[in-house]
Amino acid sequence: MFRKYLVAVGAALAMGVVGVSGGAMAKVEGDTIILGSALSFTGKYAANGFHTQKGYDFAANRINEMGGVKVGGKSYKIAVKYYDDESQGSRAAQLAERLINQDGVEFMLGPYSTGMTKAIAPVTEKYKIPMVEAEGASRALFTQGYKYMFAVLSTSEFYLAPILDLVAERARAEGKSPSDIRIGMAFEGDGFSLDVKAGVVDVAKKHNMKIVIDDMLPADLSDMSATLTKFKALKPDVLLVSGHDKGAATAARQMEEMQIQAPYVGITHCEASKMPEKFPKGATGVLCPTQWLPGIPNKDNYFGNASKFNQDVLEAYPEYKDIPYQLTQAAAAVLVFKDAFERANSFDKDAVRDALAATDMDTFYGSIKFAPEGNNIAKPMFYRQIDANGKYQPVVSSDNIKIRNVAY
Amino acid sequence: MFELLFVTAPIMNVQVLLEGVFIGSVFALSAYGLALIWGVMNVKNLAQGDFVIMGGYAAFSVSNAGVHPIFAIPVVIAFMFCFGWITYKLIIKRVIDNDMFVSLLATFGLSLFLQQVMNLIFGPEVQTLDSHFGILLLGDFVTVPKIKIISLLIAAFFATVVVLFMKKSRMGQAIRATAQDARAARVLGINTDRVYAFTFALNASICGVAGVLVSMIWSIQPFYGIIFSLRTFAIVTAAGLGNLPGVIGMSFVLGWFEQYAGVLAGAEWQIAASVFVLIFVLLWRQLQARRHRQVVR
Repeated sequence: MFRKYLVAVGAALAMGVVGVSGGAMAKVEGDTIILGSALSFTGKYAANGFHTQKGYDFAANRINEMGGVKVGGKSYKIAVKYYDDESQGSRAAQLAERLINQDGVEFMLGPYSTGMTKAIAPVTEKYKIPMVEAEGASRALFTQGYKYMFAVLSTSEFYLAPILDLVAERARAEGKSPSDIRIGMAFEGDGFSLDVKAGVVDVAKKHNMKIVIDDMLPADLSDMSATLTKFKALKPDVLLVSGHDKGAATAARQMEEMQIQAPYVGITHCEASKMPEKFPKGATGVLCPTQWLPGIPNKDNYFGNASKFNQDVLEAYPEYKDIPYQLTQAAAAVLVFKDAFERANSFDKDAVRDALAATDMDTFYGSIKFAPEGNNIAKPMFYRQIDANGKYQPVVSSDNIKIRNVAY
Repeated sequence: MFELLFVTAPIMNVQVLLEGVFIGSVFALSAYGLALIWGVMNVKNLAQGDFVIMGGYAAFSVSNAGVHPIFAIPVVIAFMFCFGWITYKLIIKRVIDNDMFVSLLATFGLSLFLQQVMNLIFGPEVQTLDSHFGILLLGDFVTVPKIKIISLLIAAFFATVVVLFMKKSRMGQAIRATAQDARAARVLGINTDRVYAFTFALNASICGVAGVLVSMIWSIQPFYGIIFSLRTFAIVTAAGLGNLPGVIGMSFVLGWFEQYAGVLAGAEWQIAASVFVLIFVLLWRQLQARRHRQVVR
């Protein structure tokens, strides 16, 4: 009798466990699609991790409010399950495994930064989990032959290279030859900055421009006076610097201190370094790349145009004065998933993957169309120039660029 | 680049030499602190650079309250002194009589701990402090931010104060006596434990002053300490322990060497330059010692 009782209890427990784990294994629970994401909420990428999370949540809420995702004649809501990757690649990869194997997530949103994306992509690829990422810009991510990863943002080789196209266009308009343009550049030796540099070198070759200074900045960068002393002596026409926020802050500070005059200066991470507030003279005239501008004309049915999106996010998150583009592109990634679910009309991983690969849409963030490698080839980088009052002015065309002439 | 430096624009040398002097003066402060604890306590502090960065963040916190960073120096000295004293009591005291590797490991752990704490409190963003002192123009080419000249003077002032303190004060004499022979000093009634605590705290204060200067002339970030540790180790090892003029001289040599390496070989060689100086000096010493041994033989 006792044995029978034990067997019955055991069977009931086993069924319960199967039932519970069966529920958790579903990628769609009831009327909710669960997307998974490991983001950096602690560690060095925490600030941008939170921007990314706000973008994902803002888009998910908006889509849910407007009727959700329609698949097979039924409406589904979107929810995102988060874990903190502590800004460490190894932790991010572990959490991706956990999301897939324990939580049963079958669709992933990307982490923050190229490094974390590099760590997670092999995992999502192994389990054939479609991932839309919005924060990993290195072009090295798209040379690995990944089939299940798609990125909405422009890749890093386009951060500074288009400035040279604008400078060449301007030179031609003024009756000069682009081949007379001389470039001084300093890039950090990390993956992102080397990608930025590769793009610059390609475009400089295309226009036959001469690179007269080519320095590699150390990772622990706090002094680039040696590079700027050479710049002062050689007087190139263009100065390009990429070294994350520390590179931008150091360049702006020392350009001001050494009174560097260069007609064109392009620096990445202007916003993160707060250069117009801290070093207004050094920052004047600097051209800053950005993934998105609130003034672009693109639009979609969920967020309206870029300016409407900007306004709505500022209302939802009053702590922002300007919206970081990390939030914007995160929101675009969720919209891309929603569009792919509806076109696939299924939650089959491969059907969704194929629908993602065929994405061709206009959004408030810009156009999105993926190359076979998974990067977005439809959206250009945008540029802003810092004016003498420390305000960012959008650069619409080469005529629109003001030649940098700072009264030190 | 050689042609540019010595034929086309020789004026560049003035800028490079001046930058070397300014860098060297800051290096000299933290290197002197390291020489002090190395010589007196035989502790190789791998967290030396983190103490510098900590001083920078202390000044950053004080200046956020509306105080000019220069006036933050006394507060930073007091804060770092207390921090140094507590660190000695909690960690250094327990490893001081052990093998050299124990003190290296302990201070390496301390370095990692400080980096993470600064990262948690201040975040990973680069911070800079502006002195608002303006820029001095020397001709068309050479520019010198006035804060760099003031930093040089501040570094010189504190170096002099510490030297005088070591020579004239009772505690300074006790420190020197302990450095010469700790056991004899104990026999003569010197509380060597207190001397060690004071020396370590003094080193932390000196690093704190260097940190305030670094935050005003360059920038600080929680993980920047390692480059300062590397440079101070290179200077102290190359100059030799107990050789104060040597430490100061080597700091300037390293500053110039870094700047010339940056101009001639590219910015990527700037920090590597300090390691090359160290290797060169160690090899030179080795050769000298070998020659000496041959004479003895």
